[in-house]
Amino acid sequence: MAGNRDPIGEGSTVTLDGAALRLDCGSDLANATIAYRTYGTLNAQRSNAILVCHALTGDQHVLGTHPVTGKPGWWERMVGPGKVIDTDRYFVVCSNVLGGCMGSTGPRDVNPATGKPWGLDFPVITIGDMVRAQARLLDHLGIDQLFCVIGGSMGGMQVLQWAAAYPERVFAAIPVASAARHSAQNIAFHEVGRQAIMADPNWGGGNYLNQNTLPRAGLAVARMAAHITYLSESALHRKFGRNLQNRDKVAFGFDADFQVESYLRYQGESFVERFDPNSYLYITRAMDYFDLAAEHDGVLAHAFRGTRTRFCVVSFTSDWLFPTAENKAVVHALNAAAANVSFVEVATDKGHDAFLLDEPELFKTLGGFLAGCAEHRGLAR
Amino acid sequence: MSFAGSGEARPGDIRVDLQLIADMVPPESRVLDVGCGDGALLDYLAREKQVDGRGIELSQAGVNACVSHGLSVIQGDADTDLHDYPANAFDYAILGQTLQATRNPKTVLEDLLRIGRRAIVSFPNFGYWRVRLGLLWHGRMPVTSTLDNPWYETPNIHLCTVRDFEALCADLGIVVEKRVAVNAQGRRGLLQFSSAFANLFGVQVVYLLRRR
Repeated sequence: MAGNRDPIGEGSTVTLDGAALRLDCGSDLANATIAYRTYGTLNAQRSNAILVCHALTGDQHVLGTHPVTGKPGWWERMVGPGKVIDTDRYFVVCSNVLGGCMGSTGPRDVNPATGKPWGLDFPVITIGDMVRAQARLLDHLGIDQLFCVIGGSMGGMQVLQWAAAYPERVFAAIPVASAARHSAQNIAFHEVGRQAIMADPNWGGGNYLNQNTLPRAGLAVARMAAHITYLSESALHRKFGRNLQNRDKVAFGFDADFQVESYLRYQGESFVERFDPNSYLYITRAMDYFDLAAEHDGVLAHAFRGTRTRFCVVSFTSDWLFPTAENKAVVHALNAAAANVSFVEVATDKGHDAFLLDEPELFKTLGGFLAGCAEHRGLAR
Repeated sequence: MSFAGSGEARPGDIRVDLQLIADMVPPESRVLDVGCGDGALLDYLAREKQVDGRGIELSQAGVNACVSHGLSVIQGDADTDLHDYPANAFDYAILGQTLQATRNPKTVLEDLLRIGRRAIVSFPNFGYWRVRLGLLWHGRMPVTSTLDNPWYETPNIHLCTVRDFEALCADLGIVVEKRVAVNAQGRRGLLQFSSAFANLFGVQVVYLLRRR
């Protein structure tokens, strides 16, 4: 595999130039590029690696200034020197998912067969494909076994896929606010987002890059709808209530009268600056297709048969996108497989996004879990 | 309490009833502690006996305390969450001071002895003489050191005596390997002499059980 260290410090890339990546859809993807960043130092035993899996619209920039937005990394509260995932102690790896738009091969990249951007000719990818690509990255980095794999939301799906597909490579697994399958309600929300993108005339059948257009409005609406699902009713009320935006009374029109409207419009518009609309279609599809039990005779417990991985499942009380019941279904399956599992439901009103926010109970739980695992793994303090 | 790795642990750190249970668990066994509270017993077993322990606890605060101290514990309910576990998943399934608070003690007991090769069960003895006398003399629901809630807010909905429990075990084909009864001071005294003695003078009892 050919690796490349990015000289400007925005991360590294590796080209999977060995055997082509066999995708779940049946296609082979040759020479896929995986963009990744690492933080901390791999120890001599190569036993202190933690793979962080990002969510739908996240990327490999866990820490440090984001090269596109200029904002801090998406998990600086959790990862860093002295943090729960302590980069003074652990070697943290995070890669952009296959199908993404931050350096890993995705529909925005050039199809070598045509010399033009893939667009909708890009093969449909799955969570399993993303994880297979990550496993190849770890081969490249010389990491046989991860001390831990952790992620929230779609990142949690990858965690579960890792534990099921490569049990011997995962010492500990932390799926946060996740599920072993995407629910009908979640597929429904994703379909709304995709339809918004595809209904934008600038989408052009996914061919917008060749037409020099961009379905900005469609992607922004998709983001606005999705963003609502990441919050909770009480969090929205606490943040905005019925407060008006820069005015004393309603304007009897369709301008953004309310703060919540203004906030959502801003979320939509800023998202368009950093995300590829086709990538959004592909990654949401990968989540929709995720159903870990289906790959194991419909019995989720079979996905974890004989596992020696230590699990810590976390959910949030106000998360209605990946509710506690979905997380508990994973716990029940792990129990049925007699796996070593902890489960904590964190009380918060911040909704699904709580895994990205300042939640002391979450930090305390994961800190304790990781400390216990490190002791069992024999990692030095 | 102190947790794994604190290095200041001594035997005797834990409550009397927990110590009685811990004494029945051989080193390095696999243990499921149902109703593990803040994890005191699991922590003790991990420290002193290198036990591979898991816990189930109803209160989320208890679970969070356990997990943040490195113990493997899930939020769950003895009445609903034991079905998932496969048979013989553990050497010992422990139910300390919880049986009397379950909705279906019989099912829970059967589940414990399915999941574990052996079960250890402790409960407050309703045959204790002060309980009997309290009801006889005052005509009111007894309140004692181990049954310290008034009737309208007690979680203990299925109280039983030593004899009640042993009759149920006999019905279910469960063998009592060991019974330890203790008095109000937590001492064993002469209580092991007979069932009748244990039933009259035991404030709480601990049983080591196995399938026939």
